Amino acid sequence: MLYREAGQFKTNYADDQAIFPIAQDRIFIALVLLAAYLVVPFVASEYWFEVILLPVLVLGLAALGLNVLTGYAGQISLGTGGFMAVGAYSTFKMATFFPDMNIIVIYLLSGLFAAIAGIIFGLPSLRIKGFYLAVATLAAQFFFEWLFQSVGWFTNYSSSRTIALSPKTLFGIDVAGPNTTPEVKYYIALTFFVLFAFLVKNLVRGRIGRQWMAIRDFDIAAEIIGIRPMRTKLMAFAVSSYIVGVAGSLYAFIILENAETEAFFLLQVSFPILFMIIVGGLGSVLGSFLGAAFVVMIPPIVKNAPDMVGIEVPSHVAEHIQFMVFGGAIVLFLILEPHGLARLWTIIKEKLRLWPFPY
Amino acid sequence: MEVLIEFIYAVLIDPFLFMYDEPLYLLQVILEGVMAGIMYSLVALGFALIYKASGVFNFAQGIFVVLAALALVAFEQFDPNVQLAMSVALLALGGGLAYYRRSLRTNALITYAVVGFGGVVFSYFVAPIIMSLFLAIGFMILIAFATERIVLRPMVNQEQIIMFMATIGLFFFLEGFGETIFGGEVQAIPLEALGMERGFFEFFDGEVRLQQIDVTAAIVAVIMVVLLAFLFQYTTVGRALRAVADDHQAALSVGIPLNGMWVIVWSVAGVVALVAGIMWGASAGSVSFSLVVIALKALPVLILGGFTSIPGVIVGGFIIGIGEKVFEIFWDDVFPGTTEEWFAYVLALVVLLVRPPGLFGEKIIERV
Repeated sequence: MLYREAGQFKTNYADDQAIFPIAQDRIFIALVLLAAYLVVPFVASEYWFEVILLPVLVLGLAALGLNVLTGYAGQISLGTGGFMAVGAYSTFKMATFFPDMNIIVIYLLSGLFAAIAGIIFGLPSLRIKGFYLAVATLAAQFFFEWLFQSVGWFTNYSSSRTIALSPKTLFGIDVAGPNTTPEVKYYIALTFFVLFAFLVKNLVRGRIGRQWMAIRDFDIAAEIIGIRPMRTKLMAFAVSSYIVGVAGSLYAFIILENAETEAFFLLQVSFPILFMIIVGGLGSVLGSFLGAAFVVMIPPIVKNAPDMVGIEVPSHVAEHIQFMVFGGAIVLFLILEPHGLARLWTIIKEKLRLWPFPY
Repeated sequence: MEVLIEFIYAVLIDPFLFMYDEPLYLLQVILEGVMAGIMYSLVALGFALIYKASGVFNFAQGIFVVLAALALVAFEQFDPNVQLAMSVALLALGGGLAYYRRSLRTNALITYAVVGFGGVVFSYFVAPIIMSLFLAIGFMILIAFATERIVLRPMVNQEQIIMFMATIGLFFFLEGFGETIFGGEVQAIPLEALGMERGFFEFFDGEVRLQQIDVTAAIVAVIMVVLLAFLFQYTTVGRALRAVADDHQAALSVGIPLNGMWVIVWSVAGVVALVAGIMWGASAGSVSFSLVVIALKALPVLILGGFTSIPGVIVGGFIIGIGEKVFEIFWDDVFPGTTEEWFAYVLALVVLLVRPPGLFGEKIIERV
């Protein structure tokens, strides 16, 4: 009744190829965006910002980047943390060299360094695939972990080995440093996420995205029909690492504020982000967001749920349970719904189309 | 320009001068590398076994190693009478199940019972540690059984990469599970009970030293490889396993029980994990959950040697063990810090670029 495209005629190609061809989708997206920009910041508490909203947006952005590579182009990567670290540390170095530069511009530029790193470590993908490639990306992960930990230049030889931005303002508002309010951080993270979500959505429904998917589905066949694997794969690595690098900058300076290299370790970020796209749905922009929301919300739920029922659980046990829930959820998702939460959303839409008179 | 020349000098010439000046030190480093390589091979062996027989890259092998070692420590601390009771119960369960599933005929069952109970009673009076080992193996077999039932069976015919991700999930689950039942503390391996000694062999007036435990580990590793090679080449089960590895459907159609074979191979991998856990624990002095990272150290070994080849695992272990120790020590000026963490990966990457299937791997043939 509510969600039905019957009667929405397209009279030209532009309409037919629109990013959201169904009017209800457009309205829905507009409402969600309006709510995200105008309602959420005024109702959310500090706890919600710090524990849920900001991590979902920033890690969701990283998941989006990984989804481009793994979900759309089919190149599995375990090096997300490494590329995030490249983004974060290049932001830090740029902010040191050009203290007056607009911080948003720095964030955007930092992605370029990550993209270069991505292209270099993506080169092996031309010769190897599958697990072997996963191992190649692990090489990136461990190499960057070591690089940023051992070479003092990257941390400006600070004794604490952490990186942090000095306070910066934009239009008179604090946008970096310790005085930034959660609302401002939220707006920055949200804007980046929305921007890149639209960018990726548009990329994947165009020529480049189709080439990626062709390579993912069958690389040899794709090559035979005239898709150049080198350009396509490296493009995927570059775009993906760019987004991941920007997400890394945001992660370091918006969520952590005082970041150590440990924050970008394999088990800290790379695996959780991989889970986000598995749980959310490989090859889906919406899935990256849903997966991030799922993974980010597990810890607070596991921590708080026993309290609500009235059972006392010691914190270390809660942490173990969190691990088990995490692992169990992944296995369960892979068995029951390999296409993730995004697929469930599609099923809901299919059902809605026929509701209330399924025929 | 000068900086560049200095850098090249530091990378290409300095380390070799250092080696030439200190040949005994080099020998020591290489020996340490060989021993480390054997340790890596022990872990990588478990990966290769499972990959050979089920085509699954089992990321959870690292946690298997830790769980097996912790189970051994936990069982060892039980009262011998409790251990006896548990062993008997385990034997009865295994025998009963095998008889019920018609894998054992009556005569074989009687032999099994006599040997099994005899062995348990013997070890009760002579060496209780054997009972603990037996129980730990039983624990690993139970995990293998559960893994096959819950994770693998519903995922038959899925893509390899999906299976791989499932084992990452398994890894997280088992880590939480293990910490819940065994606790997060660091545990000491019962060295005396296992008959291992802490000490050194010394050569060249003590210039070159070798840990006795490392030598034991090397001998155990050789025995394991010989046993596994024998199992794969000369037994019915081994032949069936090779068939399953070749082609699941063809194996099924000639009457090989696929699921049963998987349980067997995951159990064998569990036993390998137990041995690896004991050896790593003994060499490091203790076991704890931080040991799971050895799975990540075994990965490049496996890639370098070729996924399916058992000799490849051994050779890969040597190359990476020696390579990373030598690199860490002699190239320290140019690459400071713990280069061990990435050197193996970069080395494996370089080998992959030249030979995509690894040094001993089978050639990958793709058809459209």
